[in-house]
Amino acid sequence: MASRLRKEGREKLTGRSQYVDDLRLPGHPEVLHGTTVRSPVARGTLKAVRFGGSIPWKDFVIVTAKDIPAIGGKNAIAHILHDQPCLVDEQINHPEEAIVLLAHPDRFLLEEARRHVTFEIDPLPAVFTIEKSLLKDPVIWGKDNTFKEFTIEKGDVDGVWQTADLIVEGEYHTGAQEQLYIEPNGMIAVANANEGVTVWGSMQCPYYVHHALTHLFALPDDKVRVIQAETGGGFGGKEDYPSMIACHAALLAWKAGKPVKIIYDRAEDLAATTKRHPSSTRHRTAVSRDGKLLAMDIDFLLDGGAYMTISTVVLSRGGIHAAGPYECPNVRIHARALATNSPPYGAFRGFGAPQSLFALERHMDEIAAKVGLAPEELRRRNFLQEGKATATGQIIREKLDLPKLLDSALQSSEFIKKRKAFQEANQDPANPIKRGMGLSTFMHGAGFTGSGEKMLASVAAVEATPAGTVRVLASNTEIGQGQRTVFAQLVADALGIDFDLVEVVQPDTKIVPNSGPTVASRTTMIVGKLVETAAISLRQTLIQSGCLAKTYTTAEFRKACGEYLSKLGALKCFSQYQQPGHIDWDDQKYRGDAYGTFAWAVYVAEVSVDLRTYEAQVDHFTAVQEIGKVVHPVLAAGQIEGGVLQGIGYALSEEVQLRNGRMANNRLTNYIIPTAADAPDIKVIFAENPYPHGPQGAKGIGELPLDGVAPAVLNAVAMALGPEAASRIHSIPLLPESLMKALDGAAESVKGERS
Amino acid sequence: MRGNIPAYDVRAPKSLTEALEFLHREPGAWKPLAGGTDLMVLLEMGVLEHKRLLSLHAVPELKGIREEKDRFVIGALTTFGEIQAHAELCREFPLLREAAASVGAIAIQNRATLAGNIANASPAADSAPALLALDAKLELASHEGSRWVEYRAFHTGYKKTLLQQGELIRAIALPKLAPGYVHAFRKVGTRKAQAISKVAFAGLARKAPDGKLTEVRLAFGSVAPTAFRATTAESRLQGRVLDLALIRDAKQALQQQLTPIDDVRSTAEYRRRVSLNLLEDFLLQAKNRGEA
Repeated sequence: MASRLRKEGREKLTGRSQYVDDLRLPGHPEVLHGTTVRSPVARGTLKAVRFGGSIPWKDFVIVTAKDIPAIGGKNAIAHILHDQPCLVDEQINHPEEAIVLLAHPDRFLLEEARRHVTFEIDPLPAVFTIEKSLLKDPVIWGKDNTFKEFTIEKGDVDGVWQTADLIVEGEYHTGAQEQLYIEPNGMIAVANANEGVTVWGSMQCPYYVHHALTHLFALPDDKVRVIQAETGGGFGGKEDYPSMIACHAALLAWKAGKPVKIIYDRAEDLAATTKRHPSSTRHRTAVSRDGKLLAMDIDFLLDGGAYMTISTVVLSRGGIHAAGPYECPNVRIHARALATNSPPYGAFRGFGAPQSLFALERHMDEIAAKVGLAPEELRRRNFLQEGKATATGQIIREKLDLPKLLDSALQSSEFIKKRKAFQEANQDPANPIKRGMGLSTFMHGAGFTGSGEKMLASVAAVEATPAGTVRVLASNTEIGQGQRTVFAQLVADALGIDFDLVEVVQPDTKIVPNSGPTVASRTTMIVGKLVETAAISLRQTLIQSGCLAKTYTTAEFRKACGEYLSKLGALKCFSQYQQPGHIDWDDQKYRGDAYGTFAWAVYVAEVSVDLRTYEAQVDHFTAVQEIGKVVHPVLAAGQIEGGVLQGIGYALSEEVQLRNGRMANNRLTNYIIPTAADAPDIKVIFAENPYPHGPQGAKGIGELPLDGVAPAVLNAVAMALGPEAASRIHSIPLLPESLMKALDGAAESVKGERS
Repeated sequence: MRGNIPAYDVRAPKSLTEALEFLHREPGAWKPLAGGTDLMVLLEMGVLEHKRLLSLHAVPELKGIREEKDRFVIGALTTFGEIQAHAELCREFPLLREAAASVGAIAIQNRATLAGNIANASPAADSAPALLALDAKLELASHEGSRWVEYRAFHTGYKKTLLQQGELIRAIALPKLAPGYVHAFRKVGTRKAQAISKVAFAGLARKAPDGKLTEVRLAFGSVAPTAFRATTAESRLQGRVLDLALIRDAKQALQQQLTPIDDVRSTAEYRRRVSLNLLEDFLLQAKNRGEA
């Protein structure tokens, strides 16, 4: 069947979609503008706040941490821990930490005022790197700067080193990365003691925001209402930080007695909000002469920034993915998330896995070179198969065919032929353009890690209207990925009615049940299944009531809905997550079924490197993946293409430059994401293997592409530059400046005449 | 938007005389605003210090491209889009076309003007190396009249120019080239659009039938406080036959004129080495031209 049109596509294309900054609140003619005054230092003790300049301060609403107890709540953004304050009281822990909130009707004067708030701060020594955090000098968080630490153990790693044919070691680094959603963050709040708190905003997870607001204001659930406005992208960046902005807007609105709107500009959004965790990974691998992995010892470290936020969960996913789609009898993964005095890192598409898989897949190429095997052959000899166990001991219970994915990727990209041709052409020292082919093989676990889905126990609903249309009620958000369209499609297909009859309700915590956050590649696979199940029970209810025959047309269905509602009242069917019976996970030992299933992929990058400018570019990209059953081919391909380009930026150009913990290049001219002109042609190939617990057989897809792009690109660059330079290409982003350094000291044959 | 919009005043004179009058009456008070693609960035960041802006958008005398017998005269307000759309100009000066096409993105090219790019005086200005290599001349107009200056003398230091108070760039003249030049333009900016250059290069060279370089012009951007002509290297090369030793010699000569810096966009070392590589590449190309 042809792909359905995007539900909100027409509104977006014609500019009619209402994003948070476009909203007008009925009954509230005056909305104040709010802004945030932030810490100029990374760590210190706040001594005093000064309001200077010729600013009419009496006309401003001013909120500090001192206002919070009066409201009755606790000065914390409630998430996994309550360690992150909503506003600095005394202790400053990162640059750009919020200290004072201001509101005023004139946004220009507000900005003037913001510049005239100054702070007296006693600076404290700060920590900016993982290495420094490990030294615990100073301790900046908890007892030892460690947010979380765990070890995954399979077999006996230490019993192998003595007898192994070869031991290959390597250390790999990844930098922070900004999500760069098109629409910066923003919130509007109405808050007072009578009505409670209502916020509208750009977000992925309305119930996370709801949770944070109920804690800050010490209000019952029904006194807090969170409504998602049309949202211009998230990529994980609107998972936890919107809670902070909602709390700020609500505090100002409460004190002002008027609605307050806070809209970040790009500079503030880049400097203050969450990014992908930087990482450092050490691999020690024992391998046999014929290329069998015998033992993998992996030390995986994440920089979590100043507060825990969701670093513990990012660490789990990163650690679990660290050994990749390979079968190895002995594995030890030691994972730690550490505190530094940078703004907290948060969710970003892939959620830890892009970091650990970059290290692994780059390392696999290094192993292949040492063993003397082609990179694809080394991987082929170690692939996981049905019936075999992952690092956590999860037995693969699906028809997994990685060799088939690999062959498809090799053929489609002409990998072998091109590699040979490039190797020959690269020998010519007069040729300043060196080309390479690189690949990565990887997987991504869909849905929350471990028992996360069981604990969430998500609920979604489907209801019939008197007009015979159907409404889908879930808290999952449309953030450009196509959730609204896919939910409507799943329900229309389950009911056998026209797609246009299904409306997906804008998430509003007063109206929709908590179907969990829009994260973790779970929206289609987990919540889509709930929505599909609820639709099936709605149909069964109609049939059982006698209003609908077993076979029917769309017109008969509509009539039946009307008849049911007039005779029997509301028709609304709920569905709650039930963990599939095969999942067995031990949270303490990190053993068992980390995910219900995985999506699997083989990616190939074809690159060229210009030795005159040290610039690497991706010329062609091939993405082969098995994601269960593809529900919506156009949206699915779009997810992969977008993810590939985001991955290319991660690999080659996106560098968050931190100076004393603060982003120095918080502008789009200096934080370099790829443009359309930089996008290679991207070949997207889906292999299908329906997952019985996903709707229409679907698995998760959203995060998958980010996991495999960077290593494929770097492996290709390494091939282009030859083995000597390759051993120095272990970090991303690989900017031209670092590529130049990697080439230094490499064989003259590579450098040719160049200086 | 961090600029305090109500604090700004914008006037839009309808003629050059009127515009020059504004500048004359209140010396230094009015900041000329052409396409605005540099000034609006500062406004958005809240750091545009000039509060009074003189929009030149409606000044007809500053527009248009005119071909004369031995030169092209380009109106100050000519946009990079208009340059690329002018077939004769582009045929005569492919360097200029390539530089124009490398500016920002298409939307920027449709607003940004050649004179604005010059007057803003960034060492990373995309047009600068091309204009230097093409021996551009600038017509500067003021209340008192106008004068012509060599573009290569125009940038006197970081963000400093020959423009006096009350003066505007009125036009840019490019002398036509004799046939037979080898040319190269290269902007290095990490991505293919919306980039600010880390290094920019424009080169022109011409050889006599005996292989001697009769003329060589080498210009660089982003590697010194202003874009510049690599005169030391040029004089080493002038009248000589290119070989690998001479190319090495020219690179050494260029070294002396390179004073790149480390900043948020790149490193001094990278800028220095890429400059040398681009020079070498261009000279190799010139050397091989006409060789079997």
